[in-house]
Amino acid sequence: MSTNNIPTLELRSLEVAYTVRGIDRSVLRGVSFAIAPGEAYGLVGESGCGKSTAAFAAMRYLPRNGKITGGEIFFEGKNIVDIDEEDVAQLRRSAISMVYQNPSTALNPTIRIGKQIAEVFELNGVSSSDAMMMAEQALTRVQIADPARVLRRYAHQLSGGMAQRVVIAMALASNPRLLVMDEPTTGLDATVEAEVLDLVRELRRDTGTAVLFISHNLGVIRNMCDRVGVLYAGALVEQGATSDLFSNPSHPYTVGLLRCIPRGGLHKSTDRLDTIPGTPPALGLKFDGCVFVARCALADDKCRTQLPQMVTINVAHVARCFHSDKASSLPRSVEQIEYAPQVTGHSTKVGDALLNISHLSKVFTQDGHKVRVINDVSLTLGVGETLGLVGESGSGKTTIAKLLLGLTPPEEGGVVTLDGKGLAKTLNRRDVADVGAMQIVFQNPDQALNRRHSVTRIVGRAVERLRKFSLANAIARAHELLSGMRVDASLHSVRPVQLSGGLKQRVAISRAFAGAPQLVVCDEPTSALDVSVQAAILNLLVDLQKQDKTSFIFISHDLGVVRYISDRIAVLYLGRVVEFGTSQRVFNGPFHPYTEALLSSVPNIDGSTRKRIPLTGSVPSPSNPPSGCVLNPRCPRKAGSGYETLCETEEPNLNEVEPGHFMRCHIPMAKLKQLQS
Amino acid sequence: MLRFIVKRVGLSILTLLIVSVIIFLMTSILPGDIAKQTLGRDASPEAFEVWNKEKGFDKPLVVQYGRWMGGLMTGDLGTSFKFALPVSEVLGPAAAKSAQLAIVALILIAPISILGGVAAAMNRGKKVDRLLTVGGLSAAVIPEFVWGVVLILLFGVVFRIFPVSAFPNEENPNIFNSVYHLLLPSIALLFVLFGYISRVTRAGVIEALDSDYMRTAVLKGLSRKTAVFRHVLRNALLPTIAVIATQVPYLVGGLIAIERVFNYPGFGNTLLKAVIARDFPLLQSAVFLTGLVVICFQLIADILFAILNPRIRQRVTE
Amino acid sequence: MTDETSKQTKQTELSERLALLKKNKAFIIGASILAFWVFSAIFGKLVARYDQDFADYESISSSPSLKYWFGTDSSGRDVYSRVIIGSRIIIVISFLATLLGAFIGASLGLAAGYLKGRFDMVLMRILEAISAIPVIIIALLAVAAIGRASSIITILIIGLIFTPNVARTVRAAVLGESELEYVAAAKLRTEKTAHILFREVLPNVLPTLIVEFTVRLGYAIFAVATLSFLGAGLEAGSPDWGTQVADTWSLIFSKIWWPTLFPSLAIASVAVSINLISDALLEVFEL
Repeated sequence: MSTNNIPTLELRSLEVAYTVRGIDRSVLRGVSFAIAPGEAYGLVGESGCGKSTAAFAAMRYLPRNGKITGGEIFFEGKNIVDIDEEDVAQLRRSAISMVYQNPSTALNPTIRIGKQIAEVFELNGVSSSDAMMMAEQALTRVQIADPARVLRRYAHQLSGGMAQRVVIAMALASNPRLLVMDEPTTGLDATVEAEVLDLVRELRRDTGTAVLFISHNLGVIRNMCDRVGVLYAGALVEQGATSDLFSNPSHPYTVGLLRCIPRGGLHKSTDRLDTIPGTPPALGLKFDGCVFVARCALADDKCRTQLPQMVTINVAHVARCFHSDKASSLPRSVEQIEYAPQVTGHSTKVGDALLNISHLSKVFTQDGHKVRVINDVSLTLGVGETLGLVGESGSGKTTIAKLLLGLTPPEEGGVVTLDGKGLAKTLNRRDVADVGAMQIVFQNPDQALNRRHSVTRIVGRAVERLRKFSLANAIARAHELLSGMRVDASLHSVRPVQLSGGLKQRVAISRAFAGAPQLVVCDEPTSALDVSVQAAILNLLVDLQKQDKTSFIFISHDLGVVRYISDRIAVLYLGRVVEFGTSQRVFNGPFHPYTEALLSSVPNIDGSTRKRIPLTGSVPSPSNPPSGCVLNPRCPRKAGSGYETLCETEEPNLNEVEPGHFMRCHIPMAKLKQLQS
Repeated sequence: MLRFIVKRVGLSILTLLIVSVIIFLMTSILPGDIAKQTLGRDASPEAFEVWNKEKGFDKPLVVQYGRWMGGLMTGDLGTSFKFALPVSEVLGPAAAKSAQLAIVALILIAPISILGGVAAAMNRGKKVDRLLTVGGLSAAVIPEFVWGVVLILLFGVVFRIFPVSAFPNEENPNIFNSVYHLLLPSIALLFVLFGYISRVTRAGVIEALDSDYMRTAVLKGLSRKTAVFRHVLRNALLPTIAVIATQVPYLVGGLIAIERVFNYPGFGNTLLKAVIARDFPLLQSAVFLTGLVVICFQLIADILFAILNPRIRQRVTE
Repeated sequence: MTDETSKQTKQTELSERLALLKKNKAFIIGASILAFWVFSAIFGKLVARYDQDFADYESISSSPSLKYWFGTDSSGRDVYSRVIIGSRIIIVISFLATLLGAFIGASLGLAAGYLKGRFDMVLMRILEAISAIPVIIIALLAVAAIGRASSIITILIIGLIFTPNVARTVRAAVLGESELEYVAAAKLRTEKTAHILFREVLPNVLPTLIVEFTVRLGYAIFAVATLSFLGAGLEAGSPDWGTQVADTWSLIFSKIWWPTLFPSLAIASVAVSINLISDALLEVFEL
């Protein structure tokens, strides 16, 4: 860290409020931190904690209904809270830049990329012809392969990763002393995220720019930042050097946050995830004492009535807690369900074959072209087991779910059997028992629950239809289900809008279980949730599986979550299964080259460094897949394997490379093992 | 791009065909015997028969429709009952007159409405915005004839600034005099159309102001004004120009009452006369012409919109 | 459970919105004006001062005075009383026409948006064709074809002409809704199409429909007034505002402005009041 004693950015007791429906609601409560020149400072916290607000406040750019109600922001020693718009613009032009989430919408759709980048140089007095040249150099700097071509493109012609590189190039064009990055890789695929993070790390090494890095992802923060601040309900509750804070968390919130992440190696069979009970307070709620008091197992009367000050843990490590010494021994919070088992009449044992998918394909017609989005997928799943589907966007995970459920019919030749019985291709030709036997939990409960219906009605109607119960019995059963899934009886009559995200998802799960299903497809069920809530939902699913011997197909982009909950894993690439096997086999290797790249791109929360296996280029369009193995143009193991010609000309089959482990690769197992060791 | 245009033109022709069928069916099937209305109740049954035969109303509907459509294609619009002239000779000059009024009105309306919309968006939530949007839309729901009457009363009778008729009495009025006479009716149309156009403009500008790319522009260090000019107006206004074309039906509909109030010998007044005289050949063609104009402008709007938007342009060329 | 706190904040949302509506000046003004006219439409005789046909031959075309607040027309009838009585016709006709249009339009929009495919395509083509002809013109065409003007016919015509607009709005909303996963969830408990359409989707489209209704009501006032002004909307001699303006406006050149101005202002005030209400609803409920 630099010894320069004037920080690049310093927030002092910053207070920000948003006016919502006529009332001021505070979002930042006295936040103070400083970033030294060249330092990377991370802010973490769950949604609504004020991370982004802090980032935008540093840029002096708050939404129309937001205002700074107290405190100061110093940039290189100068208070910028009260400077006028022209001075703010001057700062942004020359000293502070920002990179944000959703790069593709951050670029103007009607102006060519080149002109948008050149604009930054022109603002600093460069002539327009020089500016265009410098724009090309800026693109080279962010490792864009064909910069001259990209200059002439429009935003919608770029992939997400490419667009983010352009945004970064634009941000760095002014040689800023501070770079604010607000969730710069959220929404990008894991391999793309890893590339962008590598790039940022490299650029930072070259430029020495100070960085304020905002992320909800603890792994990303751990890998990118020198120091970290933890925000909760708009207050900074803990701050310290990254490794120190992660290894010795001293605020109960930080402790809870770290505990509830399904980190590498944890598995449902042996480990139960911790949760943080309750939900974050509503926006703008007023506190007399600690902001975390309602959810803290260590809270006492003092915490309720007095505002805790920052306590020094060691040199640069502080925590806003009266009980920071006891934080590491925070009692575990693991809730158990009180759930009445379903009477399903199935007498099968765990591990018996339940689902058999063979030769499933799907072709969509897009602008007159036939696009094969699912190509000959065959998978099996046993009773009481979880099959994890992983793969990047466009790999066909969700389409497979829709095909199984009959929401979209598969192509001729695809067969799905459940419990030995072949299922009709479309939903309306399946009988009630078949429909009830396979259900789904969607990613976004806001869309999956009808906002005009009560919780009881949503679940009760499903019981009524799927189990042919009388209305009264259906309602009774719905209440039983809901209470079992810890949706309090007082909430049964309310509408979904009145529930928190986690509770909504519990209602959605209750509905999926209404028909005593044998198989439930969980399509990114926790992706929209905060990690503390995610842990509770994962625990619930595991409990349900144990009690009912329900099988799951679990779709997620989060490999940690998939690893925790799955017994078997199928890795998808471009609509094809490239690897399929038990969780252990797939995660421990030897890996399919794509799996290897995918796994190596996940930022590790333990801080252990691991060599990243990069995938070159971007995912090809499914309408025009490469010849030979579809991965071959990007394959990290093709070169030097000795199988190059085969890889480029012939598509490999899904072969059983060892008992229960299937791989679609020309390179033999032994060779892969040798390359990967 | 060409494929897109061909497809849109094809759809427009289809819509126009449906329009013609609707017009034809309405005048043929709805109760009310045309012969009786034309010849009067007391005419003899024989007279009705002769009249119907003469006009071809004794033929099956399909044949009648075919004859009408054939006529439309070849430019033979039939003969007006009332004026005893070929319909095209009645409709042509009237439509030309209306076009003059419409052009003067649009030249007045478009810039004012767009400016109003931009001003409202830039002052979102403030008094100016409320005044322009609430005031603009309130003005738009007041019928044209009310505006016409009130404007005539105010500027023609009380203050005597504008002529009360839209048509100069002189033999060969110069262009300034003609435009001067058209100003008051154009202002009446402005009141009705300002609300719609400015609202669409405002929405477009606000969408662009709220966009992530506007944020990028401001955070790059552009002053708000420059950012608005370079990034917002460009994106928001080009589509607005296309949207104005879709306002043509309101304009055409408004012409009828306006021409009546300002005693202007245009298309609207002619159409009204045709309604009162139940002059069906004239009426059918006049309504069809309306549909044609509206559909053409919508087509132009669609194509313009596609050309202005690189995303669509790209997709249709690739 | 601490989730109770989130429940409480959400519950106050509706009351906060209603409080905003009560504070919304435009809404208060609009609602008051409309309330006055609706009262007049129902209890016209209580508000009017003379019978609508009572003619004072002593004071023909007399300017506004204490005796005749809005003056008298060329037959010596009290303009104020005629304006009050005239409210019933336009409000009832517009309301019924809008109701008809909203009902048919909503049904078609629901079906088109949910069933999609060929039905949707054909219906949308037809509706697009209808809306290619301006409302007033298609109404005039219908009146000419039927051969006479009457309130029932006006209700039917305006109702039918509004159908495409309502249908299109509802269809767009339904298309958006049917993308949402609660519809898939309903299919996954073997619900019939009718149930999904009316019990699942319709309640979610209702707010859109209500706003569309108020917007259409404003247009209906506009259209009914214009038609009767053009002499094509109502029975001849009807005491409605459009006819009053049509009958008297040529007198404004002789500076007899009151028989024309007051019914004109009445039309404007009803139209504007409805517009203010729909605008306030849109704003407060952030639709």
